[in-house]
This record gives sequence, structure tokens and C-alpha cells, in this order.
Amino acid sequence: MTESGTFFTVLIGFLASFIPRAIMQAMPLLYGSTGEILTEKSGNLNLGIPGIMFVGAIAGVSGAFLYEHSGSAAQMNGFLAVLIPLLCCLVGSFLMGLLYCFLTVTLRANQNVTGLSMTIFGTGIAQFLGGSLIKITHAQSAGVASITITETVKYFSNGNVPGWLAYTGIVIAILVALFLRYTRAGMQLRAVGENPATADAAGINVTRYKYLATIIGSMIAGLGGLCFVMECAHGTWSEPRIDQIGWLAIALVIFTAWRPGVSIFASIMFGALLILSDHLNPPIGIKELYTLIPYVVTLLVLIIVSLRKKREDQPPQSLGLAYFREER
Amino acid sequence: MEAVKNAVRMEGITKHFGSVIANRSINLELHEGEILSLLGENGSGKTTLMNMLSGIYYPDEGQIYIHDQPVTIKSPKDAFEYGIGMIHQHFKLVDVFTATENIILGLHEPGMLNLKRAAKKIKEISERYGFEIDPNQKVYNMSVSQKQTVEIIKVLYRGADILILDEPTAVLTPQETDKLFAVMRNMQKDGKSLIIITHKLHEVLEVSDRVAILRKGEYIGDVLTANANQQSLTDMMVGRAVSLNIDRPKSQQTAERLKVEHLTVKDVEGVKRLDDVSFTANSGEILGIAGIAGSGQRELLEAIAGLQPIEPESRIMYFDPKTGKEQLLNGMDPLKIIRSGVLLSFVPEDRFGMGLVGSMTIAQNVMLRSYRKGRSPLLDQQSPRILAEKIVNDLEVVTPNVDKIPLRRLSGGNVQKVLVGREIEQSPSVLMTAYAVRGLDINTSYTIYNLLTEQKMQGVAVIYVGEDLDVLLELCDRILVLCGGQVSGIVDARSVTKEQVGLMMTQFRKTGEPQKTANETKEAEHEEQ
Repeated sequence: MTESGTFFTVLIGFLASFIPRAIMQAMPLLYGSTGEILTEKSGNLNLGIPGIMFVGAIAGVSGAFLYEHSGSAAQMNGFLAVLIPLLCCLVGSFLMGLLYCFLTVTLRANQNVTGLSMTIFGTGIAQFLGGSLIKITHAQSAGVASITITETVKYFSNGNVPGWLAYTGIVIAILVALFLRYTRAGMQLRAVGENPATADAAGINVTRYKYLATIIGSMIAGLGGLCFVMECAHGTWSEPRIDQIGWLAIALVIFTAWRPGVSIFASIMFGALLILSDHLNPPIGIKELYTLIPYVVTLLVLIIVSLRKKREDQPPQSLGLAYFREER
Repeated sequence: MEAVKNAVRMEGITKHFGSVIANRSINLELHEGEILSLLGENGSGKTTLMNMLSGIYYPDEGQIYIHDQPVTIKSPKDAFEYGIGMIHQHFKLVDVFTATENIILGLHEPGMLNLKRAAKKIKEISERYGFEIDPNQKVYNMSVSQKQTVEIIKVLYRGADILILDEPTAVLTPQETDKLFAVMRNMQKDGKSLIIITHKLHEVLEVSDRVAILRKGEYIGDVLTANANQQSLTDMMVGRAVSLNIDRPKSQQTAERLKVEHLTVKDVEGVKRLDDVSFTANSGEILGIAGIAGSGQRELLEAIAGLQPIEPESRIMYFDPKTGKEQLLNGMDPLKIIRSGVLLSFVPEDRFGMGLVGSMTIAQNVMLRSYRKGRSPLLDQQSPRILAEKIVNDLEVVTPNVDKIPLRRLSGGNVQKVLVGREIEQSPSVLMTAYAVRGLDINTSYTIYNLLTEQKMQGVAVIYVGEDLDVLLELCDRILVLCGGQVSGIVDARSVTKEQVGLMMTQFRKTGEPQKTANETKEAEHEEQ
């Protein structure tokens, strides 16, 4: 064996473990950004995404926890073990999306304020519920107070390679991209986000489109929260930093210029940056600097994409604005 | 004579908005295959009436018949089903969509979304009626006239045979207007019935078969266009005899007041909005500025007012009327301009965006110009109120009071009078106005024209940016024509024709010819002297 051959083997070994992990890390980001793109295309700037992902995650974890503790592991049904957390997650994020829509579309509250409060609310409620579950069980793993849904996670995770939830994320992103680009409803949704008065005059129900897109977007983002717990945290809940993922997902929306297809690759890139510090074994003392990389890259990327001039790369024109029909 | 069939018959239509009656038992008929002009002053209820036909409002009383069938129109969708399509004054288009996408928006055609099939149908429609359109062009790349074409095709695509056009020519050049009228006649030949709302009497006479007149929400009557002329129509519209001539005295005391040289303005994207613009504004003269919307008019006035950064080679010189001293305005912001004693007044295009604050009263809006005066740390509330009352009296502003009602609650004409009044009260030496009569009715417009002429005779240099070429030709002494940010000529308003100005507005970057026109004018001026 030559020296370069050895290097090659090491590199392949590194990549073989790094790439799957990067993809696993990327999927919560992809869910979050896909959901937010769908939402923003309706003209709603939902800054509540981090909170919604938190709620989706804790709802799924609670569902799984209750199912696991309702009987012995041997009695568990694989179908229900998947369905219960999934449904709980979808219902939780559905309710969050509904609340956001009711406030911003029906009551025409300010979207920024509403979104930020929902992030605070969602983070708080998730940490409260998670903390309660930990208190009930007095569970610890590696000295940190946490709970692990050991049985359920078997049906979700493949260990160190991406599980089915990850592939579903990619499928959803592709479906949303196709929907926006090639369907009549997708075109009408884009019209609502660009110019709701025009859409209204063309006989499109603006309120219905805004509600549907925002709620479905929230549910997709909520799945991202569940994906984070199942894939990245291997079913363990201690004090997850899902809010970080949520904010990065919103940044990804701008970075990809509202294109879910591009988001698949962009989120994998960010997933790689997020775990870079674990894999490069940086010297003690500057490890924290490595964990900063994704955020520094986000800042740089936002600066670069802000210089874009093309009209097609700009946000939907009425993003962040409530629509009043009477205000002509 | 063969019996006339009615495409539309409106019977006893009444519409209230709160306590205001917008339409009072109106009877209107549109015959099949005719072009009907709907004429009336602002607030006479034309648009309200048409909005009821197109499903935006619902009448309180009365009945609408389409092709002699009684119908109920509750939404724009219903209107489309009866073959009624309205082209609004403000276009309803999505900027980042192509023409095709905009046209099929909201339609539920069978099958998958097929843009190619739609584009083909659009091509067929345009060939049939003589439109020029690229179905794949994005709306943000389109001129106003192209956007209007998209709006009209949108209506035709939905199979409308009754078309309503709300002030379609307000934003078009004379040449574009001619094209539109040709298309309208093609549609008429094809058996479509059209209603056109317009303020411009010569257009009414040119394009329509019959004219229906509304005044203060009531139907006054109709005349065959062949039996009408401008004066008779105006008299019917206003209800009394109105003089249509703008008085244009020639001032004896003219002197250079503002000299602009090589003015170049770039927007944030680095595109030149104004390119090497040079001209002089003289006291005792109204300098008109003509051009297609967006040719640099706004940038020009804002650059002079100190609201736009200008390129280094530009020079804006101001000559003080008392001392004759020169002053360079380059790089000064509005506050510096005021502090240096330059008497510049600016009536901006966007009344509530730049000129006035809608939620404040008349007195408070007047105060915006004077709050820096006086030494007391407390505001002087008294003198602005007195001034506000003076403006209200002098200009006949209709308002219950000057210090309680927010300005937004007044009608557009009254708001404009307050703005113009406030700027004139500063006794400026240069008065710049942008679209000062936009959206105002004929009476108020003439009040404003007279005010400007009065200012001119007092030795003010007036700059008037306008869109109605007929008015520009009658009101101004000289007209500067802008085309794509360049001066395509400065002409004598007393001798130039409308067609010449219209041509100059569209001659894009043909530097040779416009230059000649400008020289010719200069020569003509020399000869006069």
C-alpha cells in the first residue's frame, strides 16, 4: 500500500460516515425551510417556525412517551408506534399554524410580532412539557437529565444512516417545488403572495389560500422538529436547540430564493457545516469557534444574496402585509 | 330603422355609501355593438355605476338586464359569466408573472395547467383585434400601454362581449391612444359593446357613438356624438356654461431663476434615470414637463428639491430674485436649501406620501412648513391656524374645520388645494408641481391652473409636470419633453402641436433629431427678441 492509497482509504472512510450524518443533520432544516417557503409564498412571513418546530417535536415525543409507557415493549405495534408520534406532531403544529393564521389573517395582527411571540411561546411550552416528562421519570443519560423514547426510535431511525423521515423530507421538498411551479393552484398561491388584490379580483379566495398554505407549511415544519429528535438526537430529549435549526431554516428560505428544490442541496451544505466541528477534532479551546461556522456562513450568504438584483429572486411582493379588501 | 338591441340596460339603479348617495335612480342603456362614452366630473358616480355592472358593488335598488334578461350580479365572477369585463384604472397584475400567467390567473380551465395552449389562444386574440403582445414577457418589463393590453386581453380571454374601460387613456401617449382606439373599433366590428369612461372630451368625440352624462350621481341624459361638441358636453356635465380656455398672459419680467446643467441621476441599481438634462426655468414663465409616465419627471423635481443624489457633473444653479446672486444647490438636502434662503416650493406627485400627513389636520399640515420658526421651545399653534383658514377661504376648500378633522377625510380635490395653497403661501420664487390636477375634476383643475398662472404673473418660475398634453399646450409657455430620462427637446408651447410633442415623447435616444428641435426653438426665441 502506498501512502496516497492510505490517505484515500481514510478519506473515503471519513466521507462515508460524514455524508450520511450531514444529511441527517440537514433534514430538519429542509423540513423547516420547505414549510416556510410554502407559507411565505402566500404572503405570510411566519417567524414562528422555530416555535412550531419545537411544538411539533415535543408533541411527537409526548405521544411516543405515553404509548411506550401504556404497556410493555413487547406489546408495541410497529404501525401505531409510527402513527401516534406522527399524528401528535402534525396536530401540534397544525394548531400552531391555525393560531398564527387566525391572528394574522383574520385579525390582521402584525406578522412579525405574532411570529416572534409564537416562537417564544412554542419554545417555552416545549421545554415545559419536556421538563415535566423528565421529572416524571427522573431519567438521566450520561449525567444529563433527559428522556429517551427507546422503543419508538427503532421504528424511525437507522442509527447512523438517514431513516425514512429523511427521505420523506426530500420527497416533500420536491413535491412542493413541483406544486408551486407547475400547478394551477400553485400559480394562484404565488399570485396571492405577490398581489392579493389582483388575486382577489381574479376570483381567488385569498383567505383560504393563506390559511391552507400557512397551516400546511407549519405541519411540514413541525415534522422537521420530530425529525430532529428522531434522527439527530436518536430519540433523546434533554434540552434540544431546535430554535437554532428553525432560524437557520428561515435564513435558508432567503438563501434559496424561495426554491424548495434548491433547498435540498443548501440544507445538506448547512447540515455539513453544523457537524463539521465534531468531525474535524479541533484543538480544545477553539472548538466553539468551529461551531460558529454555520452562523458566520449564514451571515455571509445573506449579505451576498441581498446583492441579487433579479426580480424573480426577490421575496413575494406582499410578504409580511395583511390584506384588507376594503382598502383600495 | 332597425330595432336596437340592448346589451345592457340598467333601470332605477341607486347606491348609497353611508349617508352619501353615489347613484340616484339611474337608467342607462348600452346598445349592442356600440361604443358609449360615460362622461361626468369627479364624484359624479361613473365608476360606482360601472362597478355595480362588474360585480364589485351591489346596487341598493334597481334592476340590471343583460341582453334583455334580468340578472343579479354579486361578484366579479358573476359579471364574467354574463360576459361583462371591466378594465380598471389601476391595473391588477402580478409583476413577476408573464402576460400569459396573468391572463389565465383565477380561471378553472379543464385539465392541467398548460401555458403553451394559453399562449396560443392569446396570440389568436391579439391577431384578431390588432394587439401587439409577447405572451412570455414579464409584467415588470412592460410599459403602461402593454400592461393595459394584458388587462384587455384578460377580459377577452374570458369571453367578454361587454367591455368597460375606466379612463384607459389617462396614462397613454397620443400615439398609444390612437392604437387603443383602433383596437376598440376592431372589437366593435366584431360585435362587442363597449363603455369608455374618460374626462377628455376630444376623445369622447373621436371614439364613441353615443355619450351618456352623469352629474352628482344623477343621469342627465344622452346625446349622439355626431350631434355634440366640446362646449355642449361640458355644459351638460357641469350644469352651467364653463369657459374652457386657460388664460395665458405673457409676463414682461422674465429672468433666469433656475439653471440646470448636465443633470444626471442614477437609481440604486445604477441605471440612469436622468441623463445629461439641461434647461433653464425663468421667472414669469410656466415651464411644462411632458413625457410618458416614468421618463424621469419625478427624479428631475426631486433632484432639484434635494431629495435625490446627483452625479458629480451635474450643476443646479439658483439665482436669487432680490440680489441676483448665484447659488449652487448641488448636494444640499431640503433643510439646507431652506436655511440658505432659497425659496423653493414643491408640490409632489404623491400627496400623502411626501406632501401631507393624512391623519393630521389642515392647520397641523400647514405647520409642517413653519414649525422651525420662532424662538420659543413651544410650538406656535396660532399662526398656522390663521394661515390654514386663509387657504381654506382663498381656495374654497370644503371642510367643516381646519383644526379638528384629519386631512384624509377630505376629498382629493380639497386635499390638493390645501397642498398647493400651503406651498404658494411660502411665497416661493420657484414653484414645482407634479401632476397637480391628477384625479381632480374639471372645475378644481381650472382653479389650480388659474393659481399657477397667477403665481407666474407675480414673477414666480413655475415648473409644471403634467400628463394631459392639451393642458400643457394651453397652460405653459415652454415645454420640456423628457424621453427615457433624456431631454428630447424644449419647445415653445404656443407654436408646437400635440402630435409633435407626442412624437418627441416616444423618440427614444435619437439624439440627432431632438437636438435639432431644441436648436430650432432657440432660434425661434432669438427671432422673437
